[in-house]
Amino acid sequence: MTELSGTGTAGPDKVASAEQIGLGAREAASLPPRDAASWAKKVDRLQVDPRAGVRGTNVAGRRLTGPVQGFGKMWQKTYRLAAGTEVSPEQAITAWKAHFPEFWPKGNRFAGALTGISPGDVALLDLAIGGGVKLSTGVFVLYADEESFTLMTPQGHMFAGWITFSAEGGPGGTVVQAQVLMRANDPLYELGMTFGGHRKEDVFWAETLTAVGRYLGAGDLTVTTRIVCVDSSRQWRHAGNVWHNSMVRSVLQTLAAPVTALRRRRG
Amino acid sequence: MNAPAITMDVRRFGETTAVVDIKGEVTAACEPVLMSAYEAAGGSATNRLVLNFAGLEYMNSGGIGMLVTLLVRANRQHQQLAAYGLSEHYREIFELTRLDEAITIYDSEESALNGVVR
Repeated sequence: MTELSGTGTAGPDKVASAEQIGLGAREAASLPPRDAASWAKKVDRLQVDPRAGVRGTNVAGRRLTGPVQGFGKMWQKTYRLAAGTEVSPEQAITAWKAHFPEFWPKGNRFAGALTGISPGDVALLDLAIGGGVKLSTGVFVLYADEESFTLMTPQGHMFAGWITFSAEGGPGGTVVQAQVLMRANDPLYELGMTFGGHRKEDVFWAETLTAVGRYLGAGDLTVTTRIVCVDSSRQWRHAGNVWHNSMVRSVLQTLAAPVTALRRRRG
Repeated sequence: MNAPAITMDVRRFGETTAVVDIKGEVTAACEPVLMSAYEAAGGSATNRLVLNFAGLEYMNSGGIGMLVTLLVRANRQHQQLAAYGLSEHYREIFELTRLDEAITIYDSEESALNGVVR
């Protein structure tokens, strides 16, 4: 294990309430909620600057999409790995945030903001989808505290929803977890998920957790997976999400790349 | 997982409407408490379930996820879900996560019970 750091400060569940520190009801009411700094500020549409190493398309101007706005069946997928007793939950999350892109499976790129993973940041992604094509999309940091952080997806992403990365302590030591709550964003993605997409996603997150566990010095790198279909119905009123489909757009952008480059060169 | 620091009390208004008073911290850990409250409030005759967030002290992303699963259950039973008592901060979180598109937010208990938007 290398470069583990952590402040050792109290996590969100350990912060004293206003009552406990002797504040009156009126004073307590005027204080910001203690989760205020953990949530991103409200945004209507995403704004991003270009980043090195990724195409950076299909994100700027997009709205965020939660499970309510998605098309396909709703799934909750939970991937867990025992990280051992040598690392605290806070240290595990500090390390995960600091090295997040390095834990992704080979061939996929995560270009985060310079600030790292902080509420309100937008990261640009290039995901390997086969055939030499990269799916360009992004994620928004919805929430981040000492023991967890959550990424939410924009229009056009494969999923409408969010993924929460967390760590918790227990009798056997710290357990790290990635939990996805999502629907496929549109009918094309739903088809893709049904025919192999879910399996690919499971492999993706299992490999990610294995890399996190290896970094944290876990003895056993076994990842347990729990998959629950929360809602088996499809939301046909959101079938029109296909207009924003980043996979279709990424393929078109790849095909058009030589022409676009030629135009740029000519002037 | 720590024991949830939350209470949820159910008040009924006639046969078809129930209010759940949420006091404390909404996190993924309080799912059993919320689902128990839902069972108590959501009889087959209930078609409107109102969540009172005036006592909400803390919510993380796990809490928002839990509200989504509650929404799915309510939709399956053809029940409307409404909310009131949200501070500006929590109202913004509902808007950011676009949960407000499925759970109608009201300014007061009276308007939530009557279904009159703002």
